[in-house]
Amino acid sequence: MSTYRIQGATGDWEVVIGLEVHAQVTSNSKLFSSSATAFGAEPNSQVSLIDAAMPGMLPVPNRECIRQAVRTGMAIEAQINKWSRFDRKNYFYADLPQGYQISQLYHPLVGEGSLTIEADEKAGIPADKVIGIERIHVEQDAGKLMHDQHPTMSYVDLNRSGVALMEIVSRPDMTSPAEAGAYVAKLRQILRYVGSCDGNMDQGSMRCDVNVSVRKPGEPFGTRTETKNVNSVRFVMQTIEHEASRQVDVLESGGKIVQETRLFDPTTGSTRSMRSKEDAHDYRYFPDPDLLPLELDDAFLEACRASLPELPDAKRARYEGELGLSAYNAAVLTADVDTFAWFEALLAETASAQGKQPAEVAKQAANWLISEFFGALNKLGKSLEDSPISHEQAAELLALVGKGTISGSIAKQVLETMFETGDNAGVIVEREGLKQESDTGAIEAKVDEILAANADKVAQYREGKVALFGFFVGQTMKAMAGKGNPQVVNEILKAKLG
Amino acid sequence: MSVDTATVAKIASLARIKVSEAEIEAMVPELNGILAWVEQLGEVDTSQVEPMTAVIPNTLRLRDDVIDADPLTGGDKRDAVLANAPAAQHGFFGVPKVIE
Amino acid sequence: MTELTELGVAQIRDGVAGGDFTAVEVAEAFNANVAAAQEALNAFIIATPEKAIEAAQATDAKRAKGEALGKMGGVPIGMKDLFATFDVQTTAASHMLEGFKPQYESTVSQKLWDAGAGMLGKLNLDQFAMGSSNETSYFGNVISPWKRNDGGNAALAPGGSSGGSSAALAARLCPAATGTDTGGSIRQPAAFTGTTGIKPTYGRCSRWGVVAFASSLDQAGPMARSVQDCAIMLEAMAGFDAKDSTSLDLPVPNWEAALSGDMKGKKVGIPKEYRVDGLDDDVAKSWDDGIAWLKDAGAEIVEISLPHTKYALPTYYIIAPAEASSNLARYDGVRYGLRDLPDGANLQDMYAATRAAGFGPEVKRRILIGTYVLSAGFYDAYYTQAQKVRALIAQDFAKAFEQCDVILAPTAPSAAFGLGENVDDPLKMYLNDVFAVPASLAGLPAMSVPAGLNREGLPLGLQVIGKAFDEQGVLNAGLALEQRAQFAAKPEKWW
Repeated sequence: MSTYRIQGATGDWEVVIGLEVHAQVTSNSKLFSSSATAFGAEPNSQVSLIDAAMPGMLPVPNRECIRQAVRTGMAIEAQINKWSRFDRKNYFYADLPQGYQISQLYHPLVGEGSLTIEADEKAGIPADKVIGIERIHVEQDAGKLMHDQHPTMSYVDLNRSGVALMEIVSRPDMTSPAEAGAYVAKLRQILRYVGSCDGNMDQGSMRCDVNVSVRKPGEPFGTRTETKNVNSVRFVMQTIEHEASRQVDVLESGGKIVQETRLFDPTTGSTRSMRSKEDAHDYRYFPDPDLLPLELDDAFLEACRASLPELPDAKRARYEGELGLSAYNAAVLTADVDTFAWFEALLAETASAQGKQPAEVAKQAANWLISEFFGALNKLGKSLEDSPISHEQAAELLALVGKGTISGSIAKQVLETMFETGDNAGVIVEREGLKQESDTGAIEAKVDEILAANADKVAQYREGKVALFGFFVGQTMKAMAGKGNPQVVNEILKAKLG
Repeated sequence: MSVDTATVAKIASLARIKVSEAEIEAMVPELNGILAWVEQLGEVDTSQVEPMTAVIPNTLRLRDDVIDADPLTGGDKRDAVLANAPAAQHGFFGVPKVIE
Repeated sequence: MTELTELGVAQIRDGVAGGDFTAVEVAEAFNANVAAAQEALNAFIIATPEKAIEAAQATDAKRAKGEALGKMGGVPIGMKDLFATFDVQTTAASHMLEGFKPQYESTVSQKLWDAGAGMLGKLNLDQFAMGSSNETSYFGNVISPWKRNDGGNAALAPGGSSGGSSAALAARLCPAATGTDTGGSIRQPAAFTGTTGIKPTYGRCSRWGVVAFASSLDQAGPMARSVQDCAIMLEAMAGFDAKDSTSLDLPVPNWEAALSGDMKGKKVGIPKEYRVDGLDDDVAKSWDDGIAWLKDAGAEIVEISLPHTKYALPTYYIIAPAEASSNLARYDGVRYGLRDLPDGANLQDMYAATRAAGFGPEVKRRILIGTYVLSAGFYDAYYTQAQKVRALIAQDFAKAFEQCDVILAPTAPSAAFGLGENVDDPLKMYLNDVFAVPASLAGLPAMSVPAGLNREGLPLGLQVIGKAFDEQGVLNAGLALEQRAQFAAKPEKWW
């Protein structure tokens, strides 16, 4: 159990949080029309007669949107309803051309499921926790209103109108901002794995309605407020923090919480009541008579299941078990689709370049990727997606290290050159003469020189100051411009120093 | 169930139809007449009946995910979409300013 | 030669194809009739003579080149103003859509143009197809060309909602017209005007581009002056449309070719519940005539029971307004149509003012009823219950069709009534559709054919209801009735 509490004047308060996540389904065309869904197009350029709700227009559902919602449901081990249907949610707003949103109230496509958020001591999540997911239903997105273009008018852009959304409704199972943040992050991770939503929160592809209430421990649920369209993990957490303390303040000063829709203001980190949506809610849901019930057959469901990728929890377990990675490395590498895709490609290339099994080179690849490569990319301010080198190139570099052609420290230098020039590692090593020296004769000659020049230190060493060993290694490597094979250098030094 | 003036006013507001006091007064008996008449359906025992979902047996077809598959259902037709708009401006539909 | 405007679809099609006259001659003749009758009958909201001529010229040109003409080649028709027509004002007879020029063409109208038909104009109707007398149009009442034989001059209703269509047909302003039927809107006006119309199985004709009234009930169909003409035109209108999720993915049969008035081996069901107390004597007599005619055609008559018949109208008046209240929410003054923006009004004020100004009283009444029956706390008691009773009504038909092939009933409980007679009593007006609504609720094909005149000299219609998808059975029974009724009456020209 989370121990997150709001300390009020009258004692501690618990927070109860439920999230409704609207995730834009990845599809080329809209849920009920064939107009495009691409982000950032000219206003009203991706609007069909259907999206604009011209008289006599009718909806025809997009198979891909249904498929992606089903796959998402399967990924959270939810019940998939083979019989579902679309309902109309009736209300008037300028971003809603039909005067109703086609959604699913009575018979959603996806029923009960769950996901697990991982323990994170630092964040105040002492143990893994299962968060219930009540349902996922498919619905139309609304258009967009712009208020700043004209002194007395708002402008309506319907490009987004009719884009498919999955509304993923959690149980009120979260009790701290950290848990809610972890839930959103985990959900986003799963959606991106499944490929049903790109998870681009800054583009509005994933938005959260945050339901918050507070109560004294052991008491029934308090009245909740719903803060709409919060579009980052951080803002979700801020919303909860602000809203929970606001509610405690209201209650402790003798007030009542009004069940209402609120808006999060990122500039102040606070929430405020949303005037435009204060109307009495009576959405008059009823089955959309333009659409028949949606009936899915076993073949469709089987195809959905067969197309599911390895999911985050399973992948992490495999990285730790089969590949022998540390829990930390496994978590880092499975955090996102782009990361594991890079890692797995690198791993395959590295294994084949060195003629080994993936499990034999996994640690090398993982360590290098996390400690060397991410750091180097960071310095350039780049992400994996726009990495200047490919995983084939990276695998070649790792193979050079693996075979002892270059040392780990030379590899860092080679990587930098690769970033600058785009050349392959082998070419750079050859051109700049960075090959490691393993010839014992040559190394012995250098060692002899060093020992001769530092007779005093040799004496001290032999008298017992063994810490000087490192000094001799350093001097030898320096004399060999870093190219001496460290293992051979060590062996020769040990032998000569007795 | 019957409606009074307050209910009619509330329904009219939900339906976004402006009605005067006099119109509401006139509508109350009219709507009550119709409602009383339709309420005879309550006599029918439907405890074993599923509500109708499709008037003619038919299954919902799903379409392929192809952009602008048909010019009649696709986008990229801003002029056509805005052609009848009472206040089209700069490619947008204009409405009285909304305060959210 | 008979006047061109007396000809029907088949005669015009064959005459143009055979070179007896040109399509342009036909179009000109009907254009002239349309213009001459407009002031008196108000059957059209707008006339489009140039469209009729243009299509006729195209047909004549095709013929000159020896190309095959379409199913409706050279036939000018009236288009109910509920069908969106590209760049031609489409109003649903409402102030809300006055001036609205769709940038698209409805599937059904496009199919008709593709089949060689031309458009004489957009026909008047009840506003948003809500009405049974064509008295709810923002563009004024349609006046039936028929008069009672009492020497009086009372203006009569042409029926509704396809009142412009029925009046135009009876007055020879067009040889055929489109109609739409939600709860009798093709059949009742056909019956009132001595014309013929068929509502096919729900899903036969695409609803794409037809201004929606009640989606689960709306169905387009042809109106003409003979069963054969209806068959021809229905072939041109029907067919699968991927743009309409409720469209039936079935081939269009060749109904015209399979027409036969021989009813040998067929069973005709007579629903006892339709013989309501106080049924108009003339209507009862014409029903008996119909039974005798079908017997004469070789059919066996069986009594059937449709026990939930009395609940059909109340069911309809929950479902249709509920769907309409939602379907008509799009008329908000934002993207098209009327906008009423009082000084200082905000968005929601604009909606309320626009919708108050743009909708007529009957439309408002139905939107309010629909809003009420769907509202929180009432949904199950009204809407869910109505959909359950609707399922029972459909079951009644399914059971009845185990005993018979088609059902014969009156189309309407009375002949045409006078304009203004029922306007103050919505319930009385609704009752006009008592015989038409059950088939609509069950989505079944049903047609009205003229049976004769009542003692006031006004036409009465007989209704044939068939099994789902069996338009052929309906048309054939209709033909058997038509052959025996020998209905040749037409309104005396007074306009």
